[in-house]
Amino acid sequence: MAKTETKQPPRKAEHAAPAAMPEAAAPKRLFETLSGIPIKPLYTEADLPKDAATVGKPGEFPYTRGLHPEMYRTRLWTMRQFAGYGSAEHTNERFHYLLGHGMTGLSTAFDMPTLMGYDPDHPMSLGEVGREGVAVSTLADMDILFGGIPLDQVTTSMTINAPAIVLLAMYVVVAERRGITPDKLGGTIQADMLKEFIAQKEWICPPRPSVKICVDMIEWCAKNMPKWNSISISGYHIREAGATAAQELAFTLADGFGYVEECLKRGMDVDDFAPRLSFFWDVHNDFFEEIAKFRAGRRIWATIMRDKFHAKNPRSLQLRTHAQTAGVSLTAQQPLNNVARVALQALAAVLGGTQSLHTNSMDETLALPTEEAATVALRTQQIIAYESGVTETPDPLGGSYFVEALTDRIEQEAMQYIKRIDEMGGIIQAVERGYPQKEIADSAYKFQQQVERGERVIVGVNKFQTDEEITIPVLMIDPEIERKQIERTRAVRAKRDADKYAKAMTALRDACMSDKNLVPFVLDAVRAEATLGEISDVFREAYGVYREPAVF
Amino acid sequence: MRKIRVLVGKAGLDGHDRGAKVVASAMRDAGFEVIYTGLHQTPEMIVQAAVQEDVDAVALSILSGAHMTLFPRVLELMKEKGIQDVLLTGGGIISKEDMAALKSKGVGDLFGPGTPTTAIIEYISGWVKQHRRSKVGA
Repeated sequence: MAKTETKQPPRKAEHAAPAAMPEAAAPKRLFETLSGIPIKPLYTEADLPKDAATVGKPGEFPYTRGLHPEMYRTRLWTMRQFAGYGSAEHTNERFHYLLGHGMTGLSTAFDMPTLMGYDPDHPMSLGEVGREGVAVSTLADMDILFGGIPLDQVTTSMTINAPAIVLLAMYVVVAERRGITPDKLGGTIQADMLKEFIAQKEWICPPRPSVKICVDMIEWCAKNMPKWNSISISGYHIREAGATAAQELAFTLADGFGYVEECLKRGMDVDDFAPRLSFFWDVHNDFFEEIAKFRAGRRIWATIMRDKFHAKNPRSLQLRTHAQTAGVSLTAQQPLNNVARVALQALAAVLGGTQSLHTNSMDETLALPTEEAATVALRTQQIIAYESGVTETPDPLGGSYFVEALTDRIEQEAMQYIKRIDEMGGIIQAVERGYPQKEIADSAYKFQQQVERGERVIVGVNKFQTDEEITIPVLMIDPEIERKQIERTRAVRAKRDADKYAKAMTALRDACMSDKNLVPFVLDAVRAEATLGEISDVFREAYGVYREPAVF
Repeated sequence: MRKIRVLVGKAGLDGHDRGAKVVASAMRDAGFEVIYTGLHQTPEMIVQAAVQEDVDAVALSILSGAHMTLFPRVLELMKEKGIQDVLLTGGGIISKEDMAALKSKGVGDLFGPGTPTTAIIEYISGWVKQHRRSKVGA
């Protein structure tokens, strides 16, 4: 426990851990996965699943071994690097740069005000504009962001949640103005609000209206955007907040089943929307555990979609996923080491059978990535794809005693959580009670204590530290961006057709008071150049603002 | 002697609360009285809570890059409200240069990723003991 004597401030705090550990008491070896699953000294045939059908073949139910019969022999995963900083111009430049270097899909990171539905001149936006991603407040910003990019040829992912309906509408209207109809657009909006309340904590309204808006998008996209993933049900943020692998799987799949139930309540046919539901996993450090997680996730989804929701279309049963290496595993100490961590994690995602991948940049614990760091991250994927040979046969680890046993174990742990959530009345109730939030916070604290006792080694942080300061270049964001973004947003408000704007906003307000699908109304508001903050304000007025109980 | 009271705050729009909660739990286990503000607080809300709760230290967690705006604003408000004898410390994704710049303005030590919670606890305990002593002496 902490010493309380007055000491010099620990300037090199990072070099002090585990400070309180006496030499004699070596930390115990855990012999367990990163998530705490015990590992035996030996795995044999006896550890393989009793029923070989639960493993099956790639491209066949329950898809444990992957979604396609030949996996990466037919088509590599999409290399989709998340990018966004500063103004729309800056990010557009980075998009062109990454596409020029062989990136195969776009992925947009928005800044905090955009993510929370505030315009740049709102008091809450102070100091935040363009810092954590790109600022997009108006249709004009969106047009600049995708300038020179053929929207009918690339696929675009947007990491946007509470105001996803607005950004989706902006994307559709930008395309419309370029003569491209919504059915030609391919991509994904994250839009998964349940995981916001569980982990990422970016919201506008309380859970129920938030889920209602998600379902509006799923419904509208199912009819109008056949190539668009209307939601990316995300475990990434849940894991980053501290969840174990099984918790990540369980809470995310439970979110997915929650959306399915809400869609069914509206009278939609499961096979009309389920094929466009997509997922997003974190890939953490524990190599085999991560591979097992991907495999177990596909198996649970396929089984429950078939047996509980009676989906018939094979695509409704297939858990398609994007993956991102674990930002939380990267260290500010000796940042070059992060390249090795990212490479191992990326390899696990590929061996787990991901459809799409983002590799983190080595400098992400220090700032947003520089161009050089982002390039190394992309090259890491290309080395796995073109040099390592792991793409030559699907699921090369299938049948491994250890990997199959771990897959079963993670499936069992996740299913226990899913059952518990069902008993609570479903995921929305569980989230309102703070159940997943508390489980995650407990796991995070347990992990930190293990690190501080030295039971978990983090190279360069609590072992193999150096006194030498290792520095790498970091990206600086110009504070001028905030001022310019405010000017541009105000100019849009001043120039637009006031009557058209007022009409569209009144119609949107009225629609919020009904149970109509909001997408067409938001599209009209965007066409009338309503800003992101103004549309979000309509939601705030109609549905209220969410405040999380402050517990730890 | 009363227990050390710390306000753990999340300023601005940043929703990354893993670190703040882990640090708050560790402080509680170390015997501090911890008040956690919850998310999305303005500098005004944080300083008001610090005054009401009569804390020894305010520990802000900022991972959104807005630290150069939010720390100075909180410090300014603390002076306005007459609680300049309260420590303002914190952590997040903050470069060494920015830490030094904030320190020169009167912010206390700031802690980056990988810091053991024990280091933060020792720093706050040490600071509070020293400053309570000097207050008594004054």
